[in-house]
Amino acid sequence: MHRASRALSLSVVALVALGACKKKPQVAPAPAEQPAPAPQPAPPPAPAPKPECDAACVEARNNAAKTEAIRAATAALTATIYFDYDRSDITDDSRAKLDAKVPVLTQNTGVRIRIAGHTDSRGSDEYNLALGQRRAAAAKRYLTDRGIDGSRIEIVSFGEERPTCTDESEGCWSRNRRDEFEITGGQITAVQTSSR
Amino acid sequence: MTRLLRAALLVAATTMIPLARASAQDTLQQAVRIGLRYDPNTKPGVLVLRVPGVNGDSVRAILQRDFDNGDRINVVAADEAGFPDTPTPGKNGNYPVYARLGAVAIVQVTPTAVGLHVAVHDVSQQKVARVKDFAIDGAPNSREWRMSVHNVSDELEAWITGVRGIAATRVAYVQGVRNGRLYVIDSDGAFPTPVGDDTGVMSPSWHPKGTHLVYSVLGTHGCCQIYVYDMASGSARRIEAVGGGLNSTPVFAPDGAVIVYTHGEESGTDLFATTVFERGPARRITVGRGSDNTSPTFSPEGRRLAFTSGRLGHPEIYISDADGTNPQPLTYSVGDQNYRANPDWSPDGRLVAYQSQQTDGSFQLNTISLRDRSVKQLTNDGSNEDASWAPDSRHIIFSSTRTGSKQLFVIDSESGKWRQLTRNGGVRLPAWSPPLTR
Repeated sequence: MHRASRALSLSVVALVALGACKKKPQVAPAPAEQPAPAPQPAPPPAPAPKPECDAACVEARNNAAKTEAIRAATAALTATIYFDYDRSDITDDSRAKLDAKVPVLTQNTGVRIRIAGHTDSRGSDEYNLALGQRRAAAAKRYLTDRGIDGSRIEIVSFGEERPTCTDESEGCWSRNRRDEFEITGGQITAVQTSSR
Repeated sequence: MTRLLRAALLVAATTMIPLARASAQDTLQQAVRIGLRYDPNTKPGVLVLRVPGVNGDSVRAILQRDFDNGDRINVVAADEAGFPDTPTPGKNGNYPVYARLGAVAIVQVTPTAVGLHVAVHDVSQQKVARVKDFAIDGAPNSREWRMSVHNVSDELEAWITGVRGIAATRVAYVQGVRNGRLYVIDSDGAFPTPVGDDTGVMSPSWHPKGTHLVYSVLGTHGCCQIYVYDMASGSARRIEAVGGGLNSTPVFAPDGAVIVYTHGEESGTDLFATTVFERGPARRITVGRGSDNTSPTFSPEGRRLAFTSGRLGHPEIYISDADGTNPQPLTYSVGDQNYRANPDWSPDGRLVAYQSQQTDGSFQLNTISLRDRSVKQLTNDGSNEDASWAPDSRHIIFSSTRTGSKQLFVIDSESGKWRQLTRNGGVRLPAWSPPLTR
């Protein structure tokens, strides 16, 4: 039993060595338990088998990083902020989100945005149009106070007319009391490299 | 003889004013009162005789329902077979039969070639007190025809009670939660009819003569532009003077030439005014200093405005002169209830109706007296919003969730009696028309 198993393992080693000898030895043989080749995480177009990242590879890597940074910057710029009932004050949570929009706008001076203020369903329909406007104006003022040119920011209100949900619950109401940010002109091209 | 009768009726009318109100509307109507004798604390009983002719049953049903909806007349039912169809005077006459049923007046309607001949009998005097021939327009049971019959109801109510009825009116409102359409419906719930092609309609309001509607339209990119709709031509036109940005809650001034509306900028939303039918500048009315000022409503003579303002941090009703000067709060916080909005000034000038948010989050309708600031709560079932007075300064149309999805209801502010006007859910922002008689 013990002997038989040893003989088996020896023959496996011999087989592997034999197989390896048929090709020109390049790299160390793959471990026996390695599964079928996994899908490549980053598809390098160059068929060059060189292990180092050459110029094209570096560029691809940088492009991927930049795409990701632009995606993150776009997400930051268009992140929705939320308000308390019948209030237009910028909350602490919203302040952090607005602060993240400032560098994106500062570095991409061609980008223009529209801020749309919304309310929950509880107040008067007509007064809520005004409240939505005040919420959009509050966010705009926060950004212009930090050096963003006001002419790049349009504000509108939808009042309670475009809810994201319609349950009559605090969970839903709190999601509807919001400012939405939409890019209406230009593109995000410059992104902060030090941020990640 | 006729002159004598008229003089007697006039004396009766002037000496028997049952309601001590000094409102303009009552004063205007006294001249046509027929001076029936009834306890001013009760509703006069009125019996509408069966109406002959093909459409007689419709005419009678409309008159009876209009009287009932008006809440100033007790409709006496007398449908038993063999009941006298014609009142006859004299010793062997049948007026006492009607009197025993509680009728102080009998309405006798007979069709004519062009409309209806109406005689109102005074039961206690055992004689015809007043007659008139009314023209009736349109095909039987059409929208126009029904409005003509409603007009008869309203005039008869003025003869009998001294106050013109509100049947010949319509209510404008918004149908549809998203991309709402403008509709009008007759005061008795007949003929809900779409008006114009606009979607995203909000806050309709009538021209003082009922010839136009103004409203705002919520666009794809936010609120709103203001349009005026011409009932005669069936076309809508944007009022360009209001400019871009947020423009909402337009109302006509009593002169019918100017609208006051809400215009929002970064510095807040304020009331502005501009001319409707000729191009003029927009001029600022309120100086809200960053607060929200919206939902204006004029006093009947046009000298003052009531509106919603958040200038103290939460919405309250304010009044000011029509040019925006002398603003002062009309409502004030009571306990936790610190949200009042959507005022509507009664046509007789005495009350402002508005909605007040309760601790449970619902809105209830209140009225506040301009004389002594006394507040009366009108509703307590469901959430009730968007109050708009009928021309009689007694009934109010409003939206309510009391039966589920938002519907329009009419409440009698004196008795609390209410009726449902619309049957399709998701309706809101009603506006009661002025009298639509020609």
